[in-house]
Amino acid sequence: MSTNQRTDWARRQPPTGGSNFELYAWFFMRVSGLFLVLLATGHMFIMHVFNDTLNLDYEFVAARWDTPYWRTFDWLLLALSLLHGTNGLRIVLHDNISNQNLRKISLSVLYFVSVMFFILGTYVLIAFVSEV
Amino acid sequence: MDITLNILRYNPDSDKRGHWEEYKLEAEPDERILDLLHKVKWFDDGSLSFRRSCAHGVCGSDAMVINGENMLACQVLVKEVSNPIKIEPIRGLPVIKDLVVDMEPFFDSYKKVLPYLINDDEPGERERLQSPEDREKFEDTTKCILCAACTTSCPVFWTADSYIGPAAIVNAHRFIYDSRDTADKQRLEILKDVNGAFRCRTAFNCTSACPRGIQVTKAIEDVKRKTLTIN
Repeated sequence: MSTNQRTDWARRQPPTGGSNFELYAWFFMRVSGLFLVLLATGHMFIMHVFNDTLNLDYEFVAARWDTPYWRTFDWLLLALSLLHGTNGLRIVLHDNISNQNLRKISLSVLYFVSVMFFILGTYVLIAFVSEV
Repeated sequence: MDITLNILRYNPDSDKRGHWEEYKLEAEPDERILDLLHKVKWFDDGSLSFRRSCAHGVCGSDAMVINGENMLACQVLVKEVSNPIKIEPIRGLPVIKDLVVDMEPFFDSYKKVLPYLINDDEPGERERLQSPEDREKFEDTTKCILCAACTTSCPVFWTADSYIGPAAIVNAHRFIYDSRDTADKQRLEILKDVNGAFRCRTAFNCTSACPRGIQVTKAIEDVKRKTLTIN
């Protein structure tokens, strides 16, 4: 075995313990997954089964968002799917990018994009005023 | 019957990387893969290196990749695998020579989970008693022989620089679920790390690789759940 190889493997340190983040992230994936099954199927049935997609226009959305109930429904769908998806991608990036710098950069891009989408979506949901 | 054995050879003194070598030999269908390796080493090419100790599936020395799957060479018969037979060292650990890998990173992870009974209470005049039901909880994980077949079949272990690996979690499970042990918290503290039990993606390679039939992925999930209730 070359010396190089040994140095590489010497870096292989077993975990040292620490925060509960991974535990909570793991639990969140399960709980949010369950909620998303309900929210996403509900969303799909409303948009594609009970209503014809051809009829989904500004008035339809404005009427829905007249009630805080549907705004909450949509916000939950947005928040949970974004967080669930971001955490899933975080795991994928952790598993597949071994270069530390590249991993940091890709994770930063992921977090930035997710936060921007979240702020934008939440802003629209809160600030929307029907003009019908 | 005629057997063709393809072995991934690596000599650290002369090779930059491994290369395949072919051996033709006669074997009975009931012979083990380990017997074939012995034939090569004893009668054909004495430079072939591999580990084996008990040769009966108990010591766990001869885990290797046989036709793409992690197995113990002493447990698999010639008739159970297709011919030609491809043999490689287990993956994810540095190769020292031929089929011999450096097991140190594997045992470092194993030691990390405190794989021994911890209980400072006075045991009393007799041994610490345990009900058959409590014993059953960790029966499966007592069977581990530390052959590293599970850990080196894990895709996360191949790529992640420091995942603790299924074998270490199985051995933590063996003591976490032992009613006589008192160090659950210490072990779970180690396993809740980013490279601990939560690094497992439930690929189930470990479960199919285990030569003792341990439900490895289930044990890892048990440990994850236990971490949730203890925190």
